[in-house]
Amino acid sequence: MKAIISFYQSSIGKKWIVALTGLVLVGFVTGHMIGNLQVFLGHEALNRYAAFLQGLGELLWVIRGVLAACIIVHIITTVLLWVQNNAAKPQKYAVNNPQAGSIGARTMIVSGLIIICFLVFHILHFTALSIHPEWKLWEDPDGRHDVYSLVIAGFRNPLESLFYLVGVFLLATHLSHGIQSFIQTLGLRSRKIAEPLTTASPYLAGLLFLGYASIPVGVLLAQHLNLPILQPLAH
Amino acid sequence: MSDTINLTLKVWRQPNASTPGKFVEYPAKNIPTDCSFLEMLDIVNETLVAQNIEPVAFDHDCREGICGMCSLVINGVAHGPEKATTTCQLHMRHFKDGDTVYVEPWRAVAFPLIKDLVVDRTAFERIQQAGGYISARNGSAPDSNSVPIPKQNADCAMDAAACIGCGACVAACPNSSAMLFVSAKVSHLALLPQGQPERTRRAVKMVKTMDAEGFGNCTNYYECEAVCPAEIKSSFISMLNREYVFAAAREAVSEI
Amino acid sequence: MAILDSKIPSGPIEKKWEKHKFESKLINPANRRKYTVIVVGSGLAGGAAAATLGEQGYNVKCFCYQDSPRRAHSIAAQGGINAAKNYPNDGDSVYRLFYDTVKGGDFRAREANVYRLAEVSSAIIDQCTALGVPFAREYGGLLANRSFGGAQVSRTFYARGQTGQQLLLGAYSALSRQIAAGTVKMFPRSEMLDLVVVDGHAKGIIVRNMITGKIEAHAADTVVLATGGYGNVFYLSTNAKGCNVTAAWRAHKKGAFFANPCYTQIHPTCIPVHGDFQSKLTLMSESLRNDGRVWVPKKKEDCGKHPSEIPEADRDYYLERKYPSFGNLAPRDISSRAAKEACDDGRGVGSTRQSVYLDFADAISRLGENTIRERYGNLFDMYHKITAEDAYKVPMRIFPAVHYTMGGLWVDYNLMSNLPGLHVAGEANFSDHGANRLGASALMQGLSDGYFVLPSTISNYLATQPREASQKVTVDHPEFKKAVAEVEARTNLLLSIKGKRSVDSFHRELGLLLWENCGMARSEESLKKALAQIPVIRDEFWKNVNVLGSANDLNQSLEMAGRVADFLEFAELMCLDALQREESCGGHFRVEHQFPDGEAKRDDEKFAHVAAWEHNTEDVSKSVRHVEPLNYENVHLAVRSYK
Repeated sequence: MKAIISFYQSSIGKKWIVALTGLVLVGFVTGHMIGNLQVFLGHEALNRYAAFLQGLGELLWVIRGVLAACIIVHIITTVLLWVQNNAAKPQKYAVNNPQAGSIGARTMIVSGLIIICFLVFHILHFTALSIHPEWKLWEDPDGRHDVYSLVIAGFRNPLESLFYLVGVFLLATHLSHGIQSFIQTLGLRSRKIAEPLTTASPYLAGLLFLGYASIPVGVLLAQHLNLPILQPLAH
Repeated sequence: MSDTINLTLKVWRQPNASTPGKFVEYPAKNIPTDCSFLEMLDIVNETLVAQNIEPVAFDHDCREGICGMCSLVINGVAHGPEKATTTCQLHMRHFKDGDTVYVEPWRAVAFPLIKDLVVDRTAFERIQQAGGYISARNGSAPDSNSVPIPKQNADCAMDAAACIGCGACVAACPNSSAMLFVSAKVSHLALLPQGQPERTRRAVKMVKTMDAEGFGNCTNYYECEAVCPAEIKSSFISMLNREYVFAAAREAVSEI
Repeated sequence: MAILDSKIPSGPIEKKWEKHKFESKLINPANRRKYTVIVVGSGLAGGAAAATLGEQGYNVKCFCYQDSPRRAHSIAAQGGINAAKNYPNDGDSVYRLFYDTVKGGDFRAREANVYRLAEVSSAIIDQCTALGVPFAREYGGLLANRSFGGAQVSRTFYARGQTGQQLLLGAYSALSRQIAAGTVKMFPRSEMLDLVVVDGHAKGIIVRNMITGKIEAHAADTVVLATGGYGNVFYLSTNAKGCNVTAAWRAHKKGAFFANPCYTQIHPTCIPVHGDFQSKLTLMSESLRNDGRVWVPKKKEDCGKHPSEIPEADRDYYLERKYPSFGNLAPRDISSRAAKEACDDGRGVGSTRQSVYLDFADAISRLGENTIRERYGNLFDMYHKITAEDAYKVPMRIFPAVHYTMGGLWVDYNLMSNLPGLHVAGEANFSDHGANRLGASALMQGLSDGYFVLPSTISNYLATQPREASQKVTVDHPEFKKAVAEVEARTNLLLSIKGKRSVDSFHRELGLLLWENCGMARSEESLKKALAQIPVIRDEFWKNVNVLGSANDLNQSLEMAGRVADFLEFAELMCLDALQREESCGGHFRVEHQFPDGEAKRDDEKFAHVAAWEHNTEDVSKSVRHVEPLNYENVHLAVRSYK
């Protein structure tokens, strides 16, 4: 226990915690995106996937618990780091002239905190369904919860879509620094494979953004151009 | 005869740590472009002495880029605009006539100010003393060729050992992190067979001391790497991240 | 003759050191902590000595004027360190290194000391490797060697172009370990301003805390000075800005003899002077001469041309022409003087006509640019940074600059000065290089003194000193009080003059005077001129210098003022020594004493000795010249020829 505490107290220990929890969350974000993209395959695919997740029962709550813990530890630790870092350099230079740090890197704490707000809204919106409680009752012809239609219904609200786009954009900028950052922090950067991965970091983040953004954009385009896909079932 | 330029300097002046400092403007006239930044300050100081103004204090010694004594933040960049260059090797040909140049000391809680542009970097000494050595008793060394060291390891150790200990990494880091310095020190010895016996305690103790000295945490901005005059790579920081965790784990296991 | 007893052990030269160590007095490990040793300077000699003495168990106090012991100017040495390892199997041996060093020093070094240096050289490499110095290695993992200025064997070990830095970091890490262990207490940003002598023995020092300005006294059982050379007396040199003669000069004024101050080494491969603003000169490792060819145009009228416009036939590769067997690798003094001769002949190049070409075109076409980049990349980069010229495309321009000083405080075989209790190590002493130092030998000597010699000889003195605290001299002794008062008075005097001229202006004036009159070539006339002029500058300094600021905080003008004041006294002794040494040897070239072809002409009959100067408290010019004859039992005196 003493070792764990002193590890957490060290600067590198904290960074490892941030990196490891970040890694879990990147894994979730990637999986979540792949799952969500099934919306393009129609209500069958997505609702079956949703029902599968619901069917996990207690395991689902374990997964949710782990994710929530990761998020909380990730936030608490980064805020601790942030406080220490500010204390280490109280006086800034007269001329702000960064030579390396990307915008993503320099806005991690801001993008992170906004992402949290977005996350809370997003869970209330699509998981707890507390904003539109009537969605809880929607079922598809196979008697499964019609997640497919409520996703489309949600994104047909331009304001909600816009907020979602902003959220995933910030997520992407956060990850553009975050992905290469955990490679660095977990000590993998000196390995040959790590260098291309570091370079690829912003592209991977961009890919995640495109994946996520394609859903609201697709929904809105389908609605206004009357495309044969991404149309909700009647409720 | 070289060209000359005129500059306006905004120099940080502060008599000591407990008195607040401020920028003071000095003209730098007829500065030969072949002279170094410190020689430019010498010229300005000569004009100050002629006006009975106390000259600006700044650290410097070898003036050939190796001792690590010089330490100026020039227009917001540690050691100024040239890559892989110390302040003493920065030449005035990299400035334009009429430029306004801000000259500041390294700023970090762990490097308290002494006077004007001079700061106290003894925190680095204490990190070094915590474990930046191999305990080889003088006189007991085996023949140098008794342990062959692969050239690439020796070269990599040399890359890390090239650190001049100037502290620009700390100065440039928005968090005042000393990770580039510490990682260079730890990696240099961790890469050599002679450094293995003390490898674990070295990493743990040096990182612990670094934290205790009030340096911030590395958040992978890589500002340090961008200003490092010895071109120490941030991959050494990655190496230290790994080194430290394995060392901490080994230490934890050994305590059970 | 008792006045200069070199204490050289008797017996054959190979056995002297062994015998001496056996006959030296020892101190029981348990008693060592009862002895305090002050080490001033933290470079290769001082840092290594402090670390080793601390490790042995002595109570060590180490002082340096920089903010960290790691910044001592040993750090700037680029090329390498010699050792008689004979790894390349090219005929090297302890004896050959000894022979080469005595010959390279133009037969003005003490044989026994040089032999010891060669003898411990191998152990130095082993010790440095054990400390983690990343010496260059070959693909098989074994150490790489190269040949270096003036040597026909490859005995030089190196760490890229940063050998001095890496060796110093090794010593510094050993020192750091001792500081952590509590055996060494480090005093950075502390400048020694006086030596305290009690009952004829060196018993402490007075330092100024450069941050608070406080004048502090420190007592010890013995004092080691490892404070480097006096090259900055010339103002422009390859030394760091802070390098100074103060510690050595103060010790000299307290009774330590100063030996051979006229022996100054002018290094051939430096970046030429650019203008009046120049604050120092930058050396580029003479390893460059392994692949670079030195030349000037044959015709004066070609000097202004771009080098590419001068055809091969119109180039004078003067070193290859004059010294066919050594060519571009001729020893430093010879190469430097040859460059000066070419420039004096009106065939210098560059805007000031005070430089010669060092051309890599042949080496690049033979080995490829990549090989050259690998060998000298950092030097080419450094050259480019300073001059904005690309030496891969156009030849470098180089000119000699003051680099190293072979003279220094006189010491015996134990590295103890005539003043009992005062030990002197590294460049600060005079002993091993004679009149000229070979390339890659300074690092060797500094570490030899620090790691191996002093730690073995210091006990010889300490064993004669009281062990118990009650019998020891403390800082409460009147001599300490007096020394503190003197230093304070001098500091206040400097601040009170409030004249019209800056400290730097005096230093420049002195430097230029010496460079012109006591530089690469000296004559009776020029030396007399300098000797007449120095007191004039010194008088004006004490009347008209303007030192601003206070004594009670960081005051760089005040620090420099104290150093320049001492240079102004020391310079006179240097010129006096140069005037009295009526011969040419090594770095000391008297124009009156040369062969018809311009080679240095030694006078072994009259001058095969060390000149050790005793201070005259009234007047430097009345200093007394003592003589320690040099006996060559092993190496026969011969005309040093590199043809």
